[in-house]
Amino acid sequence: MKYLLMTLLGALLSLPAAAVEAVTRTLVLKNHRYQPTELHIPANTRIKLELINQDASPEEFESDEFQAEKIVMPNSSISLFIGPFKPGRYAFYGDFHQPTAQGMLVVE
Amino acid sequence: MLAIALLVFREVLEAALIISVVAAATRGVHRRGWFVGAGIALGVLGAVLVALMAGVLASTFSGVGQELFNATLLLMAVLMISWHALWMSRHGRELTQQMKILGAAVSGGTSSLGLLLAVVAIAVLREGSEVVLFLYGMRAGGAGHLWQGLMIGVLAGTTLGVALYVGLLRIPMRYFFRFTNGLLALVAAGLASSAARYLIQANLLPAWGNQLWDSSWLLGNGSISGKTVHILIGYDARPAGMQVAFYGGTLLALWIGARLTSSASTVVRQPSEPTNPPR
Repeated sequence: MKYLLMTLLGALLSLPAAAVEAVTRTLVLKNHRYQPTELHIPANTRIKLELINQDASPEEFESDEFQAEKIVMPNSSISLFIGPFKPGRYAFYGDFHQPTAQGMLVVE
Repeated sequence: MLAIALLVFREVLEAALIISVVAAATRGVHRRGWFVGAGIALGVLGAVLVALMAGVLASTFSGVGQELFNATLLLMAVLMISWHALWMSRHGRELTQQMKILGAAVSGGTSSLGLLLAVVAIAVLREGSEVVLFLYGMRAGGAGHLWQGLMIGVLAGTTLGVALYVGLLRIPMRYFFRFTNGLLALVAAGLASSAARYLIQANLLPAWGNQLWDSSWLLGNGSISGKTVHILIGYDARPAGMQVAFYGGTLLALWIGARLTSSASTVVRQPSEPTNPPR
């Protein structure tokens, strides 16, 4: 127990925050659709993704192909960090409106 | 309605799997049904509160409140499950003996039930708050059949949870607590890995390699089986290095802890185990 606590705390405290330069990209949610639906980003770069929700209902930005899961409230915005990625296409979606809220990261 | 039922199902399933493992791991402990029930009730209450405060949460700590909140809850659950697992590594043998003899609930062993109540509450709270926000959004969007969707989703998720529980109970008593204890350790390690994921997303921790490997061709994160294995053993098709470090760190800490507690308890351990239970 003590060891576990120390391990976890040690891991949390001793590490400096990731000091990688991040490139900012913006996504807009409107009518439960992502705009743009294809977001082009550079490869091998950490991305700060800004998500603006213009709908009157909450949404959850999520992907099964890269690590991301964050709720964005109605008429507000969030930002989260993703990547760096190898070149390729990575799908993401809005968990609360999956039929329409589909998008693709195009890494090049 | 189907979309509503599906989302609710996925969220309920994740909580139900954790509850099943906890319920199985506390088999034979007096009054554990009450504790699990209270944990679920508290979790539902908490889920509504968290959903109500989601807007505030999102804007705290310069925008990373959501990640910090989730990571904190997950790490708390990791600590509590670990505590129970260590407690069991000391008392599991006695519990097995008593269950072999009595074949029924034993008194005592309640010391770590409070912790497991909290684990259940946290699991329900995390998944439940998403369901509440989702339903709120659906209602604002004028979607129909909310309640039917909710009921079907809850029912389906609970059914799978109960199925897991029943399956776990079929494990022979000789191996039972060793197995459930091992499973608890893997659940805890998986939760620690999820906590790391949130902290990486908030840029509070480095990723140590964004995708250490990709086994999504074998089992993807999005499928129901992928999600089940994710909860039960912490499977991730594309883990970051830091997640693997958290996962391994938790297992290592538990292993060391179990060794220390069992060597400390050899003095008081009973010398022999009855091999033939009375019929």
